[in-house]
Amino acid sequence: MAEAAQTNQGPLTTIVDDWSSDVTTFKAVPWGKAMMWIFLLSDTFIFTSFLVSYMAVRMTQTDAWPYPSEVFSLEAFGTPVPLLLIAIMTFILITSSGTMAMAVNMGYRKRKVAVFWLMFATAMLGASFVGMQAFEWTKLITGEGVKAWQNPMGAPQFGSFFFMITGFHGLHVSAGVAYLLIVAIRVLRGKYDNTSFEIVEITGLYWHFVDLVWVFIFAFFYLW
Amino acid sequence: MAEVGQQHPIKVYFLVWGLLFVFSIASYMVDYFEFKEHLRWFLIVVFMLLKAGFIVAVFMHMKWERPTLITAILVPPLVLLVLMYLLAFEADYAWASRIVYFGGEVDPIPLPPPTHAAVPH
Repeated sequence: MAEAAQTNQGPLTTIVDDWSSDVTTFKAVPWGKAMMWIFLLSDTFIFTSFLVSYMAVRMTQTDAWPYPSEVFSLEAFGTPVPLLLIAIMTFILITSSGTMAMAVNMGYRKRKVAVFWLMFATAMLGASFVGMQAFEWTKLITGEGVKAWQNPMGAPQFGSFFFMITGFHGLHVSAGVAYLLIVAIRVLRGKYDNTSFEIVEITGLYWHFVDLVWVFIFAFFYLW
Repeated sequence: MAEVGQQHPIKVYFLVWGLLFVFSIASYMVDYFEFKEHLRWFLIVVFMLLKAGFIVAVFMHMKWERPTLITAILVPPLVLLVLMYLLAFEADYAWASRIVYFGGEVDPIPLPPPTHAAVPH
């Protein structure tokens, strides 16, 4: 945007110029970052396909669809609170997004120790998210008898979609925890000292995407 | 300040961080106070889009990228809205057919009702 403003050209001209420049299309963007964005774009299509097929199945379902607010309620101080665990998981993921954004900011200031601890905190929050998800799955499978092929509360597809969508997201969180820890350790060891620390931003893009997907799952699966 | 990297004041991040908490609490309240039907769906989608927008714009730095990258990443997912529309369009009909053919009602000329609301459960 800054370059476009300097030469007084509109965004459309910038787009056409960049694509037709016969050199790097995404100017001032490290190649790793462009590739991460394209990977996230493909991941968007996968997650949206899951959510859209869930929509189609729920809309065409003739059996009763369980009310998520009650299914995922948790007892606290003797009274059932709707979606308590899911709310906590949501806040944990937002908190981890914040620490990640701080890590990216510290990365560009070359404060390596701060980057390490912020990324480590992000990974730990992510790990606790996966832990809570494991607890939720266990409660649903052993307590409520919901399986990927059956659901005593109504439509069996509820189980299929719940385990597929949250499972695929949980897999992304788990992979993200490993990714964060690897990059954090490498930052501390000085592997990126000769770069401008864009690797932290690239890792951050992945992590924020995981949070972004959870925003949609929370809205469409748990709240709807 | 780095030339290549995305360097912005910390204040912006804290502001968005706070906003994300506010929107999350708001969307949780939609469930807690048991809003129903259209108001519920509307509020869920509004808070979802606000959260998603702030994450992409500020945390993922899309706001400060060149229009080339912004359009290359954000325009293609719009085709998914077409997929959503097509499947939703078909779903009403599929649901009605299931009610008619698997619902146990014997009718020589089954006519699928137009909407969900027209058929008692």
